[in-house]
Amino acid sequence: MDILKFLTAGSVDDGKSTLIGRLLYDTDSVLADQLEAIQNANRKNDDGTVDLAILTDGLKAEREQGITIDVAYKYFQTHKRKFIIADTPGHIQYTRNMVTGASNADLAIILIDARKGVIEQTIRHSYLVSLLALKHVVVCVNKMDMVAYAEDVFEDIKASYLTLASQLNLKQITFIPVSALRGDNIVNSSLNMAWYNGKCLLEHLETVEVAEQNKNLPARFPVQWVIRPQTDELHDYRGYAGRVASGAFNVGDAVTVYPSGTKSNITKIEVFGGELNQATQGASVTIHLQDNLDISRGDLLAISSAAPTVANRIEADICWMDTKPLDTSQMYLIQHHSKVTKCKITDILYKVNINTLEKINTPDLGLNDIGRVEIKTADELAFDPYQLNKNNGGAIIIDSRTNVTVGALMLRAGL
Amino acid sequence: MDYLDQLEAEAIAILREVAGQFEKPALLFSGGKDSITLVRLAEKAFRPGKFPFPLVHIDTGHNFPETITFRDQLAESIGEKLIIGLVQDSIDSGKAVEQKGKNASRNALQTVTLLETIEKYGFDACIGGARRDEEKARAKERIFSVRDEFGQWDPKRQRPELWNTFNGKIHKGENVRIFPISNWTELDVWNYIKREKIALPSIYFAHQREVVFRNGQFMAAAEALQIDEDDEVSTRTVRFRTVGDMTCTAAVESEKTDIDDIILEISQSKISERGARMDDKVSEAAMEDRKKGGYF
Repeated sequence: MDILKFLTAGSVDDGKSTLIGRLLYDTDSVLADQLEAIQNANRKNDDGTVDLAILTDGLKAEREQGITIDVAYKYFQTHKRKFIIADTPGHIQYTRNMVTGASNADLAIILIDARKGVIEQTIRHSYLVSLLALKHVVVCVNKMDMVAYAEDVFEDIKASYLTLASQLNLKQITFIPVSALRGDNIVNSSLNMAWYNGKCLLEHLETVEVAEQNKNLPARFPVQWVIRPQTDELHDYRGYAGRVASGAFNVGDAVTVYPSGTKSNITKIEVFGGELNQATQGASVTIHLQDNLDISRGDLLAISSAAPTVANRIEADICWMDTKPLDTSQMYLIQHHSKVTKCKITDILYKVNINTLEKINTPDLGLNDIGRVEIKTADELAFDPYQLNKNNGGAIIIDSRTNVTVGALMLRAGL
Repeated sequence: MDYLDQLEAEAIAILREVAGQFEKPALLFSGGKDSITLVRLAEKAFRPGKFPFPLVHIDTGHNFPETITFRDQLAESIGEKLIIGLVQDSIDSGKAVEQKGKNASRNALQTVTLLETIEKYGFDACIGGARRDEEKARAKERIFSVRDEFGQWDPKRQRPELWNTFNGKIHKGENVRIFPISNWTELDVWNYIKREKIALPSIYFAHQREVVFRNGQFMAAAEALQIDEDDEVSTRTVRFRTVGDMTCTAAVESEKTDIDDIILEISQSKISERGARMDDKVSEAAMEDRKKGGYF
């Protein structure tokens, strides 16, 4: 059994919270006392049934306003998989929250209201999914009950979404007609839509293969911590502790250390109480090298056969996340894995109108804006283009005066 | 990769980030199964080296004796430093005021002692075993959760947390609460404990105990509960699903003495884990309010 992390994009009006509530409710993931708390809450559907959307409301402020402000994480599991849902708000003023949720997801569910079809926010959500390089998209055409479960409505929406998807280079797309409110095609196949022969949503989530695409990425290992016990019996012990960002490392592999460029071979891959021959993407291990090199936190071990991009002038896509706009004259910090160095965002190439995908020339980038920039870093970064290897291509910008994370970078290329 | 391996690898990476990013971290240890799991994860992250942090226990003085014995034995067996902050000391110095009445609990006072302990030792990061599946306010909390110098959590000013990149930069006086098992559920923790054969305090397993029935739940009949003639004390076979202060941790009737049976019981159970905690029942926003005040 593995884990699938997915993102739900949509607004309250699309029934996003109801959809998640339905998944939790119909998979028996709501426990008695939580259900009791919901039943006691002063909010019901028009027909008096329990409002499942309350299951995903977290904070007082959100309950008061009836919207999701922040990313909420929800958990459920079936016999086949464990699921982590990043429930993110759909309004444009919460773009940064959706970007945050998408950064850790394998798959995105995009909700379209069957009565409205592809609208501005569908474009926006799909653009962000593409920007954050999520490979799998599930388009749930919701509220099918409101359009008499009509097949042609579904097919029309599907056709217009595919046009959008080709513009955004989204490839693996699955369309499912659903009613989250009535439970059609969420956990159980709907009797109301005999014309639909595909899987219901849960079955699709249980079976979609997400790990496969990661197998052939080049091996990358950011060093987080050097283990040096310096005791009498472990006098010469020196292990590099970290988590494999992408690809696979084998004992005997030739590796290069960045940014120094020195080379060595892996002599041992250690885990608590044992050794491995191979460590693959996502594994937290301790690596030992043949040579006694000066390696510290922030360095990257990379398989020598496939070098990363090493640069201090970098082009990147950016999502600005702070109320104070981007300042091209200010010094910021950039954090790429465990590496932190000073940087300047030297140039704003353009901003994207994420509702229309139009590129705008502008000197300003503010909260929730997305654009393309050039940055200059004090130390060189060793990265891969985000769209090719998102596990070694994402970085954050920190305002060193407030210490707040103010931007997300999807690195593209060295300049 | 198996889901427990994925969760474990993520938690180890988070612990190593703490070591790399902070000057004086601490691991908040309650003696409960979640913090015992954290200790195992820290062994996996840092052995054969020492932990780059001590264990810190905020002791209300109303803990189950079994937990305290277990705590001391564990710290000794792994050879790591244990720091104890006593709520009684905060009460004696006048910084904390004991609640009165029958439902009095020292649970809320832990916050005072925790903040005092953080200040005394200058901790800049406190690792805790909270999970997002426990409660809806926790569902929105970051893995690196920044607290101001009064220990307060501001849900509206949380930092965006992208990929596995954690920003632990803080100003002097602030500190960060860190939750490596945020993405684990109660069942995940139990399955991991089983897989790793991790020892737990005996109160997690069914045993005979004198209990009183209060507010719809069985509470251990301990001195701290201020039992009087109105209370009906009976002996029942029970176990505890969480291990907190005796005044606010309810028992469930159970015959389960074996971890497999407990896992099965939890899978089928219709009450969530925090449902057995009196402290969350006060209002719908109880946890959110406590966290804003500096609670774990």
